[in-house]
Amino acid sequence: MSSTTIEQGTAERPKVEKNYLNADHTLKSWLLTVDHKRIGILYLISVTFFFFIGAVAAAMIRYELTSPKGILLSSEVYNKTFSAHGVYMVFQFLVVAIPAVLGNFLIPIMIGARDMAFPRLNLLSWYMFMTGGGLITLSFIMGGVDAGWTFYVPLSTLSETQISLCLVGIFITGFSSIFTAVNFVATIHKMRAPGMTWYRLPLFIWAHYATAVVVLLGTPVVAITLFLVVVERGFGFGIFSPELGGDPVLFQHLFWFYSHPAVYIMILPAFGVISELITCFSRRPIFGYRFIAYSSLAIAFLGFLVWGHHMFLSSQSAFQGIVFSLISWVLAIPSAIKIFNWTTTMYKGSVHFSTPMLYALGFMGLFLIGGLTGLHLASLDTDVHLTGTYFIVAHFHYVMVGGTILGYLGGIHFWFPKMFGRTYSEFWGRLSALIVFIGFNLTFFPQFMLGYLGMPRRYHYYYFAPEWQFYHVLSTAGSTVLGFGFLLPGIYLTYAVFKGKKAGPNPWGAKGLEWEHTASPPITENFEKPILVTDNVYDYNPEEDSKMYEKEFEDDSMLRGGQ
Amino acid sequence: MGWGPFQYNIMPESASEHAPYYDALFMTITGLLVFFTIGVVAAIVYFAAKYRRGTKADRRNVLTHHTGLELVWMGVPLILALGMFAWSAKNFMNVRTMPKDATEIFCIGKQWMWHFQHMNGVRENNELHVVVGQPVKLTMISQDVIHAMYLPEMRAQYHVVPGRYTELAFTPTKPGRYKILCAMHCGTQHSEMVGQLYVMNPTEFAEWMEKGGDKYKEKPLTITEAGQQIWKDKACFNCHTGVDNPRAPSLVGIYDKERKMSDGSVVKADREYLREAIKTPHNHLTAGWENTMPVYGNTLTELQVLQLAAYIQSLTPGSGEFNRTDVKQGFPGSDSDSSAVDIANKGASAGNAQFRTSEERR
Repeated sequence: MSSTTIEQGTAERPKVEKNYLNADHTLKSWLLTVDHKRIGILYLISVTFFFFIGAVAAAMIRYELTSPKGILLSSEVYNKTFSAHGVYMVFQFLVVAIPAVLGNFLIPIMIGARDMAFPRLNLLSWYMFMTGGGLITLSFIMGGVDAGWTFYVPLSTLSETQISLCLVGIFITGFSSIFTAVNFVATIHKMRAPGMTWYRLPLFIWAHYATAVVVLLGTPVVAITLFLVVVERGFGFGIFSPELGGDPVLFQHLFWFYSHPAVYIMILPAFGVISELITCFSRRPIFGYRFIAYSSLAIAFLGFLVWGHHMFLSSQSAFQGIVFSLISWVLAIPSAIKIFNWTTTMYKGSVHFSTPMLYALGFMGLFLIGGLTGLHLASLDTDVHLTGTYFIVAHFHYVMVGGTILGYLGGIHFWFPKMFGRTYSEFWGRLSALIVFIGFNLTFFPQFMLGYLGMPRRYHYYYFAPEWQFYHVLSTAGSTVLGFGFLLPGIYLTYAVFKGKKAGPNPWGAKGLEWEHTASPPITENFEKPILVTDNVYDYNPEEDSKMYEKEFEDDSMLRGGQ
Repeated sequence: MGWGPFQYNIMPESASEHAPYYDALFMTITGLLVFFTIGVVAAIVYFAAKYRRGTKADRRNVLTHHTGLELVWMGVPLILALGMFAWSAKNFMNVRTMPKDATEIFCIGKQWMWHFQHMNGVRENNELHVVVGQPVKLTMISQDVIHAMYLPEMRAQYHVVPGRYTELAFTPTKPGRYKILCAMHCGTQHSEMVGQLYVMNPTEFAEWMEKGGDKYKEKPLTITEAGQQIWKDKACFNCHTGVDNPRAPSLVGIYDKERKMSDGSVVKADREYLREAIKTPHNHLTAGWENTMPVYGNTLTELQVLQLAAYIQSLTPGSGEFNRTDVKQGFPGSDSDSSAVDIANKGASAGNAQFRTSEERR
């Protein structure tokens, strides 16, 4: 991005060596920080912690399912385990990970601002997130919940487990999301640097803007819905239980009104990350900038009109189902636009196979399968046999894990030098990307087969169909590989934070304010001088880049005493 | 299928009339998936190889946008999508339209078992016997939480919801034993809420039915008879006589007819309405009568409500079952042969009606 700094007065600032990390070392300075970058790091640590809890639960589930009759757990504990996996992964990791870590860290820098519009609200969001996570954890310590992350009534109102406490936790986490979204919307509207017009915004920003709008419109609905469950449990108000005169299907409408858009809350930020990665490592302007930007908005809008496709069999009218199905099919188009545009972006590019790019390519493969199997479920008839089975489990893991987590890991690997001022080992980085990709497919592809064969999700035993064991064993083997794939970055990135080689301000040769105008790591104020943006985003030149490489190669050969 | 210790299969067995249609659509969508995935992955691999940094390739005139291209790759998938949508919607409407000639069987889901009630009174738990080639319609309701009746080999599934009746139809085409599963998480023993669907030849089925499903030594009551028992035990006839009277409207011949409510609305007296009028009568006062009927919401099980509704359905003016056409003006229970006191003395309640009648028969 072409941009300059605005010269202000003559007073030279002292040469800056301080950055946001070493500005202050006290614990207090971290816990009371209003610096968006430090808050991003706080989130990075917390979501990694919650991801770890969710992953341990997943490992227990996979181990248990290698036998048709179970191995370690009772059915009650098994149900609590998959509930914990769902609750932690969805509410404490997937919804939050990319916006709260990368979004917090990068949005102000990418638009040329010093901080978020509401820095204190930003810190409050983190505290609410931790309070929510703490209450959820408390509910699991006190015995757990057994109704799954969807909390369908009347199961959740009749259950005698710690549902109320857990729901209050999710309620609070939900408001943390809402505050973050308010902050993003205000920041993107009001804090852009001079010259940073809407169509010069990086697509990462467009994606986060669309996400924030979805969060603002959807999250209050689910927060209130879950709160009503708590009210029904606590005071016996008849809202959802037919025993008390309520309607259990109403809960599903309200729940999916948020929880379907929530899928887009998880995946849209990943789309934003992938747009950045593909462009940078193809070294050319992205193909179809406006179509990609608009497709994010289209997804955000249409995403609110398809919740009923979770309910084709719930006793809603068949005609209602037809409308929801039609819109769901149409919703496939904006996602297809993105995939096609990313692919075309490599055309005439100068493609680098760095770690983040490998993650981005892995993302595209997995999202293709995840998105296209969504068609089996958007289709009214095929949904009948597949809903509530492992087919759905496989589908949404392809989208959420294959999409969101690969996007998140790709983003972390891309902006890691910016966040910590150091580089990690490319070898281990590429290896982990490969292991994650292989392990992921081995884990979840067999689950498509299981679903088509009729294995319902959330089943502890399957002694009545031992022929399913083959696929479960495959899946568990894959999840072991996947686990290693996730563990590796944890190790080499942590090592790199302290011992990695120093990175310059722009180790990738990328474009964008965060690379061209800030140090690595950035100073607390982000920029030394105000920014003026003068040209379009992503002004890479693939021809030059590729020639440069040939020259580097020749130089290298000469150094090594070659021709 | 399998090799050594590895036993697996690739496709679920297909045993209903709809299953082949289902699989055709499933495979077509899968074909689209494979086509697009391979296409895009091939493009990615090709571009990645050709335009890898440092390769000799033409990188001049980089294309940054092309509206025509965008419209093509929006338009083609959109047309495909609409086509597939229409196909799947048509299939779905076929499945969700209940066949007129179907055998109706009642199904009650509760934590954690399936309970089936045939029209002639034969009852089954976690097993269901049906005739090959004969369409079956399950009328389902849940006693507690939401369940889902899932018959994978029939490619049939529908939720079983508390508080309302839902329906599921299928036509088995192959005799054999198939799975009945619950596909909606319903609590601790969710994965044990499984059963067997037996599809039998008509002669086999007739034999099985003759023996009362092999399980009941005595000839069981038909569903209407069971309903009549409850009707008597609860002394419904005390107020609901053969003609409208000041205490209560007559129920003879009202099934499926439109009824005027005291709030001015008009409802059809179908099974759903009858259920609610029995369980919470105060919410469904027929125009012209006071709120005097007791609430049976907590005294009758869902099965008993179904039986009672079936009995009410059988009450037609010509059926001869109902001959008390005399108008009663006195207090409820003034009829001598079954006063409320007598009923109380017999210790009767709808809850043990079944129990009592079988004992009496012994």
